Amino acid sequence: MKRLFLIEFDKLRTNRSSRILIGAYFILLTSIALIAAIKFDIGPIKFHLAEQGIFNFPYVWHFNAFIGALFKIFLAVVIVSMTANEYSNKTIKQNLIDGLSKREFLHSKWVMIVTFSGISTLFIFLVSLILGLLYSNYNEIGIIFKDLEYLLAYFLKLVAFFAFCLFLGTAIKRSAFALGFLGVWQMFEGICYGFFKWKSPTWVDAEQVFRLFPLNAMSNLVPEPFTRLSAVRNLADQVGEVMQSNTVVRFWDIVIVLVWSYIFYLLTYRLLMRRDL
Amino acid sequence: MSTILNVTDLTKKFGSLSAVNALSFSINKGNVYGILGPNGSGKSTTLGMILNVVNPTSGEFSWFRGTQNTHQALKRVGAIIERPNFYPYMTALQNLRLVCRIKEVPQSKIEEKLELVDLLDRKNDKFKTYSLGMKQRLAIASALLNDPEILILDEPTNGLDPQGIAQVRTIIKKIAAQGTTILLASHLLDEVEKVCSHVLVLQKGTRIYFGKVTELTNDHGYFELNSTDVTTLQQVLEKHNDIDKIEVLNNYIIAYPNKSVSAKKLSKTLSEQGVVITHFAQKKKSLEEQFLSLTKSQQL
Repeated sequence: MKRLFLIEFDKLRTNRSSRILIGAYFILLTSIALIAAIKFDIGPIKFHLAEQGIFNFPYVWHFNAFIGALFKIFLAVVIVSMTANEYSNKTIKQNLIDGLSKREFLHSKWVMIVTFSGISTLFIFLVSLILGLLYSNYNEIGIIFKDLEYLLAYFLKLVAFFAFCLFLGTAIKRSAFALGFLGVWQMFEGICYGFFKWKSPTWVDAEQVFRLFPLNAMSNLVPEPFTRLSAVRNLADQVGEVMQSNTVVRFWDIVIVLVWSYIFYLLTYRLLMRRDL
Repeated sequence: MSTILNVTDLTKKFGSLSAVNALSFSINKGNVYGILGPNGSGKSTTLGMILNVVNPTSGEFSWFRGTQNTHQALKRVGAIIERPNFYPYMTALQNLRLVCRIKEVPQSKIEEKLELVDLLDRKNDKFKTYSLGMKQRLAIASALLNDPEILILDEPTNGLDPQGIAQVRTIIKKIAAQGTTILLASHLLDEVEKVCSHVLVLQKGTRIYFGKVTELTNDHGYFELNSTDVTTLQQVLEKHNDIDKIEVLNNYIIAYPNKSVSAKKLSKTLSEQGVVITHFAQKKKSLEEQFLSLTKSQQL
């Protein structure tokens, strides 16, 4: 395990583009803290975003997990291009000849995926904890560590997303095309959803079918946090709108995402085993 | 003698085409093996299969008498196939460190091996700045990091300039002299002739010869003769029981014996018949000629 980690770490560490992207990613994750600085002070209207309750415990876990996940595309680019490069430089072939098994090769990539997700989660945890301690109106231990399932969901969401990227990088072998395909797949899911809503027979619940799609399942895992904000709810009340969107981490979404992660793992493994180099 | 590799009925099909067809051979410690064959005869595919990068369609192979699975066994092997594959953005040193991690060998040998291939002063330069010859030499250094029990080379001098070819050849000879087993695939016959003790000849994926280079064909060599009296010489040779056929080539008489005939015996016979010899040479066919006659006879 340590060997696989060091092998992958060496590959990443020495690549300048990877270093820059990974660095930019963690700087952006930290920059969530900058939201605290958003302040409008226009005469009678005084607006300080940090005081609108977004950094209140336990809401801060949810809010930051959602915002943090927006930046995952940076690491996705790293994963896809590192994988595709193994093919274009034929270094995967050399790795195997040198005595790495195909399974070990796959596992070294997975070690990277889990490490990236783990460090990101730790980062979000620390940033949220600090922001919360600075701005939260509630500081009792019981409240601070409530609702941590959003961080678990964030972790699993990243793992599944990166597993999808690894699969695409391996299958398509060209980083630009693989990332393009990711975009196409996102649209495909949207079109499928629209089609199901429009054409599916009455006994099929389009929402439930859509829940099974990989990217949608990942996004359901950490639902949007905005409708939980009292400011937003008040606004909705004023215009007479009743908001009914889901904002909690649901058990079945976790299961669906775990299953997809496993499917991506197996598909990547099968591809590696079958393909001649 | 201990067996390093055993290959039994190894077959690879690409669609309807058989790239390698029921190939069997074994490799013993201490010998230098050449794989010969024209382009597309299945040399690289065979090496790809035993190196775990090409999946065989059928058949088997086992490293070190099957005591280890393939990827573990490959840690005891050094291999360079086709063109050098390294991370272009890493320096030579970083690339070799990674290989050490994969092969699970200490990094202490890196400098020594870079020295051997004359790259020590360029060790901190990125791989992508290297010339093809330097890349190939780095590949050799990389393959030697684990002091392999067998070194596998696939067309190691392909695409190199004469200087590069000479450098790579010198390195191979140095390694062979240390007693390392070598498996060398090449279509350059003089390359194989110079270093190999055994040879595997492939044609269209099928084995047409496997054994010692010296026994490649059932060849008794030939005699190159000349005399002051060419007509008598021809007559005497034609009547000689051990001579199969004679021909005239470049003012010399070429005589092919049908069995092993010693030069002493033949010259004695000739002088007994009163033929004055002005030129007498016993010759063996070069590997190239033998290879061509072998592949030709298989085509008929």
